[in-house]
Amino acid sequence: MSEEFKVEIVNPEKSFLVKEDVHEVVVPAFEGEMGILKDHISIISFLKPGIIKILSKSGDENFYVEDGILEFKNNNLSILTSSIFNLANIDKSKQQDLLKKAEEEATKTEVNDQSKYLIDQKIEVLKTLN
Amino acid sequence: MASLDDLKKRIASVKSTQKITKAMKMVAAAKLKRAQESAEKGRPYSEKMNNVILNLSNGISDKENAPRLLSGTGKDKVHLCVVMTSDRGLCGGFNSNIIKKAKSYFAKLSEEGKDLKIVTVGSKGNDQLKRVYGDKIIANISFKESKNANYFDAEKVGKMVIEKFEAEEFDVCTIFYNQFKNVITQIPQSQQIIPLKTDNSEENKSEDSYEFEPDEDEILSNLLPKNISTQIFKAMLENSASEQGSRMSAMDNATRNAGEMVDKLTIEYNRSRQAAITKELIEIISGAESL
Repeated sequence: MSEEFKVEIVNPEKSFLVKEDVHEVVVPAFEGEMGILKDHISIISFLKPGIIKILSKSGDENFYVEDGILEFKNNNLSILTSSIFNLANIDKSKQQDLLKKAEEEATKTEVNDQSKYLIDQKIEVLKTLN
Repeated sequence: MASLDDLKKRIASVKSTQKITKAMKMVAAAKLKRAQESAEKGRPYSEKMNNVILNLSNGISDKENAPRLLSGTGKDKVHLCVVMTSDRGLCGGFNSNIIKKAKSYFAKLSEEGKDLKIVTVGSKGNDQLKRVYGDKIIANISFKESKNANYFDAEKVGKMVIEKFEAEEFDVCTIFYNQFKNVITQIPQSQQIIPLKTDNSEENKSEDSYEFEPDEDEILSNLLPKNISTQIFKAMLENSASEQGSRMSAMDNATRNAGEMVDKLTIEYNRSRQAAITKELIEIISGAESL
């Protein structure tokens, strides 16, 4: 029996990625990293800033996300996110750009605890990228 | 009858107008293709989002304490209407169709004695509404400088709506936009986004239950604001495709009408030229006869 399932990543503008031959996905869920294999129970969860790892037959891919929702049902994993970047396309300057933006956000005073936590996460992840 | 010179000038002016409308049609056609593509590409996101929310709201155990974006304030007094139109004119009935739809809704509201607040997106809608409903318009947003509908703009509108909701400025929010069906047909739509309508929940009830992490309430309260931005973004995408489609067919008509007009004027021009020649000949002949 094949151990593969389907992953679909959508952002508001388009369908970002569709892959049929995935055997494992590691996502930065809100309450910690989560690995998803075939026949996982149906789940809905949130993403925090981090790296999505997609392990598939046709090669592994890594993506950096800032937020998103994850839905797994009937061996279909859908990830809805408004900001996602393929790690292979993030170069040094892009990473610095994102980092700068995040740091600017962090200096704003009116943010509440939760978004503060998310921003800190973002900065931390971005720093590890290089 | 107009003089030959006048006719000549009119033909020239109609021809140059035709050139303009033809060019506008071409531009609209090119833009339409892009807008249509992005509208179609954007659909999966909003559909998925809707599905997730439907599943969530079915799964929620305690309906009483559901987030207010879902359940509403419990009142039905102040209505906020977000009317989404274009920033540019010359696109046929595109703007007036939305305005007509919105106005009939406004009339219904005022009949029922409800308060009305209006947010206009796009300057054309603002122009048309401010004459009658000027005092009801609380904000006008225009994205003249952004070329294509983008999510960032939609988020701005969404955030503003949510802020106003949390400040208890309104109870029900409805958005008005044109849904793109095809180049000739755009359907003006009204969609209630706060509180969220889950009318087709019956069909989805049989679906298997989900695991939630963190719990339903937390996910919902995070997801609902996002959904509002998403719905607004979807409306913006549909709108921009509709706008270009509507403009294209309007300009196509205009070009054809101009062509007909040129034909008519040319015939008239030729006739009067012929008449002038005949007249001159008659004059010469009768002059020669009298000698």
